[in-house]
Amino acid sequence: MKECLEAKNLSAGYDGKALLEQVTLSVRRGEIAVLIGPNGAGKSTLLKTLARQLAPVAGAVYLDGRAIHQLSGQEMARRLAIVTTERISPELMTCADVVRTGRYPYTGRFGLLSGADEAIAAAALASVHGEDLADRPFACISDGQRQRVLLARALCQQPEVIVLDEPTSFLDIRHKIEMLEILRRLVKEQQLAVVMSLHELDLAQRIADTVICIQEGGMGRIGTPEQVFDADYIRSLYQLEKGSYDPLFGGTELEAVKGAPRVFVIGGGGSGIPLYRKLQRQGVPFGAGILPRNDLDYPVAKALAAALVEVPPYQLAGEADLARARQLMERCEKVVCTVEAFGPCNDCCARLWALAGAKQADWRTL
Amino acid sequence: MNWKRIWGSYGLLLGAVAVLFLAGICVGSTGTTLPQVARILLGDSSDQAAYRIVWDIRLPRVLASAILGGMLSVSGFLLQTFFANPIAGPYVLGISSGAKLTVAVAMLVLLGQGIAISSAGMVLAAFAGALGATAMILLLSRYVRGTAMLVVGGVMIGYICSAVTDFFVTFADDADIANLHNWSQGSFSGISWANVRDMAVLAAVLLALTMTLAKPMEAYQLGESYAQSLGVNVRRFRLELIILSSLLSACVTAFAGPISFVGIAVPHLVKSLLKTAKPLVVLPACALGGAAFCMLCDLLARTLFAPTELNLSSVTAAFGAPVVIGLMVTRQSRRSQGGMAG
Repeated sequence: MKECLEAKNLSAGYDGKALLEQVTLSVRRGEIAVLIGPNGAGKSTLLKTLARQLAPVAGAVYLDGRAIHQLSGQEMARRLAIVTTERISPELMTCADVVRTGRYPYTGRFGLLSGADEAIAAAALASVHGEDLADRPFACISDGQRQRVLLARALCQQPEVIVLDEPTSFLDIRHKIEMLEILRRLVKEQQLAVVMSLHELDLAQRIADTVICIQEGGMGRIGTPEQVFDADYIRSLYQLEKGSYDPLFGGTELEAVKGAPRVFVIGGGGSGIPLYRKLQRQGVPFGAGILPRNDLDYPVAKALAAALVEVPPYQLAGEADLARARQLMERCEKVVCTVEAFGPCNDCCARLWALAGAKQADWRTL
Repeated sequence: MNWKRIWGSYGLLLGAVAVLFLAGICVGSTGTTLPQVARILLGDSSDQAAYRIVWDIRLPRVLASAILGGMLSVSGFLLQTFFANPIAGPYVLGISSGAKLTVAVAMLVLLGQGIAISSAGMVLAAFAGALGATAMILLLSRYVRGTAMLVVGGVMIGYICSAVTDFFVTFADDADIANLHNWSQGSFSGISWANVRDMAVLAAVLLALTMTLAKPMEAYQLGESYAQSLGVNVRRFRLELIILSSLLSACVTAFAGPISFVGIAVPHLVKSLLKTAKPLVVLPACALGGAAFCMLCDLLARTLFAPTELNLSSVTAAFGAPVVIGLMVTRQSRRSQGGMAG
């Protein structure tokens, strides 16, 4: 497949001052490239430069091998469409009217739409499941509907490339997923090249074919999500000094409460996670165990517990592990158990719980 | 867009223009009946006095108020599009006052030397003043954000221009002042056929040019970024838009003095009638609506307390200002509702 949108040694910024330097990237048709990176690093600036809203400070952007500053406004508009974060409130326009403006580069002197133009606009609205919005005033729809209509407007330009700046901001989780699913499908169906910025790393990881990291001054890693998302890299990209990031689930945890553990949590199988987070919120340092490193509880316990007794994956705890856990437990004021059932694999936990004696407490009362 | 509604609205506007046109010719201190006027318009000069009144006084005045009213409301619509602000207009933004200032200065200077100023001279002077005031508003709009602040800034620019105008008038000869005073309050009286011919030509050219901007204006209603991404040369478009709106309001001020609120009230009423803001549809309707509005206001100004003639701006303000207040209130309440929904 051919490169569609490319940037070579691009410097982007305002008033001749580069905010980002030496950006080289390419996006193919049928693929989604996602920009991630901290606020203020220049994601929007780069997107504006790629869409020719801003002149490059140095270097150039190419569409199908042609430098975009050599294209006429009309040629550009027939190839590249945008969805911005700008809140527009066009007066007395229905959603269908907003979508129709996408035909601008194809209509004549007075902008009158032909039957074919109308059909394309209707199809664009239908492809984002927006048929029932057609006659609704654009000013009176929800944020999720608004993003879908703006995407339909971009599609109505019949572009090769769509550039979206944070299309999922302000949307609730259902509408974020809906928006990205629509994008994913359209990219495949219409062989679009999509470049967008996202703040949600978990979503970026799931939807991106290519992830482009933008850090202060320029580009960081670029590659597939598997290549880019590792915990240490993401921590350094976002200069995450407190808290943690889990590259597999895309989850983030706040910083662990330090100090001598006051509560010991016997957890496992995911049952302890809500309690670990609750204790963190309450500022109570806690110990946890005994967890194999492939337990569902493990990443969260690792991130939040002041002390953790862990064993290698698929291993049963030995007497030494049990002794360490017991020592830790005896220094705590209370012991709670979130596990519903014991079996051969967590027999150590059952023994530990029995040893707690008078310190046993119901975790729901914490 | 509902085409049935649009055609219906155009029918209504044309009807209003026709009725007010005839009323403007028939009604006045000397009563004339419709059949009498019809005969006079067809060339019957048996009643010399009535013939002169209709042909030399009422007809040019009615035509002037129609043409200038149309230009003024189109100018208002252009400014509203430019600033993305429904209460922008040549009067509130001080553009009319800027034109008034330069015309007053030009009149006083030339009259002082015994030279009568021509229509073209008046229009040029007004254009210079209108552009000057527009430049100040543009400068201001870089620093202040939001609808209200821009309008406050425009009103202040208007006051400054009026103050400077008053200063010049204070030191002018009595005879000049009488002339200037009438004009500076806004009036369609004393308009000659030569004036009507000049303004008709200007209006035809300027409105035709405006229609060529209808397409980019629609894209611009989505904001600058989207307009640019659709292929609009935004810098050139903005320049064309601001020059056209300044020229339109300069023409009106040159011929009739500053006239308030027409530029805001008429586009708003027209959009509410059409239920769309599509420039291609709204622009001609604004011209018709402005014509009807100004013919009505001028008719009221000269007949309500005849033989005393009211200030035209007093009448347009009495009708226009409530529309603007209504506009602000509904927008505010819609925004707070939107805020809750969001």
